[in-house]
Amino acid sequence: MERRIYGIETEYGIRYIPKSLGHLGPEETARKLFKPVVDTWRSTNVFLPNGGRLYLDVGSHPEYATAETATLRDLITHDKAGEYLFNDLINQAEDSLEDENLTGTIYLFKNNVDSADNSYGSHENYMLERKVEFAKLVASLIPFLITRQIIVGAGKTHPAGPPAWGTQPGISAEPSYSFSQRADHIWEGSSTATTRSRPLINTRDEPHADASLYRRLHVINGDSNMSQTTTLLKIGATDLVLRMLEERYPLKDFAVKDTATALRTISHDLTGTARFALADGGEISALEMQRHYLESARAFVEIKGEHHQDVAYVLDLWTRTLEAIEADDFSTIDTEIDWAIKKKLLDAYIARGASGYDDPRIAQLDLAYHDIDPRRGVYNLLASRGQAKTVVSEQEIARAAIHPPETRAKLRGAFINAARNAGEQFTVDWVHMKLNAYPQHTVMCKDPFATESEDVQALIKVLDGIAPSTSWAPPFI
Amino acid sequence: MERKNIQAQQTTHTAQEQEHVELAQKTTETNQELLTNVDDILAEIDGVLEENAEDFVKGFVQKGGQ
Repeated sequence: MERRIYGIETEYGIRYIPKSLGHLGPEETARKLFKPVVDTWRSTNVFLPNGGRLYLDVGSHPEYATAETATLRDLITHDKAGEYLFNDLINQAEDSLEDENLTGTIYLFKNNVDSADNSYGSHENYMLERKVEFAKLVASLIPFLITRQIIVGAGKTHPAGPPAWGTQPGISAEPSYSFSQRADHIWEGSSTATTRSRPLINTRDEPHADASLYRRLHVINGDSNMSQTTTLLKIGATDLVLRMLEERYPLKDFAVKDTATALRTISHDLTGTARFALADGGEISALEMQRHYLESARAFVEIKGEHHQDVAYVLDLWTRTLEAIEADDFSTIDTEIDWAIKKKLLDAYIARGASGYDDPRIAQLDLAYHDIDPRRGVYNLLASRGQAKTVVSEQEIARAAIHPPETRAKLRGAFINAARNAGEQFTVDWVHMKLNAYPQHTVMCKDPFATESEDVQALIKVLDGIAPSTSWAPPFI
Repeated sequence: MERKNIQAQQTTHTAQEQEHVELAQKTTETNQELLTNVDDILAEIDGVLEENAEDFVKGFVQKGGQ
């Protein structure tokens, strides 16, 4: 499709480190973190004036779902706005803990695994047209998703080498570094499950839009990315492959024999050349497969043209990343691709005396890279020193923490804001907007691209009758 | 710790928008002028890390999510 709706859902890891007596576990810390949310919105599961959704998920993971966005720049801005909002909540929670004589630090990690190998996710949403044959598209997309980790993984150290899994022993016991955090935790291609046998694609059919026109593709095997340019490549390259599949552009029909084996083989081989089995009896490497998708995408764009401002950059970064892996020289991507940015830092520490990927200091840096604190988080510190490239400004991110993007989120955000200013109770989801006291005015908006609606205008008029206000307040006070 | 105040950023929004262009340019310049003093950056990172590296990593245990 010409224009697409995108969204990212991020589950964060949470940790409290006391500086005085008094320990808080993840559950209590999360409860503290969400107190301003509950105080303002009377719930731990809320839609915000910026159109996004903030909630406490399974396992006390704070989660942020971006509003539906229609451009990659908006998506990146709103993904980062999630970090911005949680940093504000952390500051409020630390202040209120201090009032209780508990001094300490709350950490939120935008990564995918804790020290006990529990995993949590980053979920990408892509809107598809209903007319596309979904099962066929999913089958064709899976090989791309299995190998995509070599370009957009977040990187991870393994002090005891690649982990054993199932009945397979680890490849080696030597301390190592992998492309992906999440690859060790995914078990199959596609299913309706998310926590039991984690698949690459969740096939639940919840379009949050007109179901006769649209379907939502829910990709759940990706790593959470700190780097804006890595997110841009992740979503941009996936969108290009989807466009080729939607338009029946001829792509090779790869079928990977064993998803779990392939994911792990690829993640733990930084040369990109390790071979894994195809269903037809052949073998292939991640580099070969990604080369095919990249070359196809390049030819496809030449015919169809660039459909957004970052297509050229996406193709260029995709090319440079594959070339860097081929040449075993990551210096051309080490400010733009998460696993390479992080690896450069860890290797610099090792060159200055750390013992290797099993050094406790290296493990600490591996985790601290994902700390979302703007000054202390290692990724953020590198970005502020020009060691990680950014594409959206801090001002744009701060604005997106309050204001919705140019999609249906604009309608939802305006409604939530007006209801809040009027002090009226309301209920919303991705599609519906309802004032609890005026259920007869409930609006259903099934077009995620819609930025104008007479029905929503009418609803806001009801609210203006109660307390007219155009101010946009911060989401939690 | 000083509380980040979204309210203030909201009310000074117009001024921020004026700064916006300058800042965007500044970001690009910083990106380009790749700082070479790795030791300075490593020292800065050392300054913000928790002292007990092992506890920082091992103490982070949480149930899985989706």
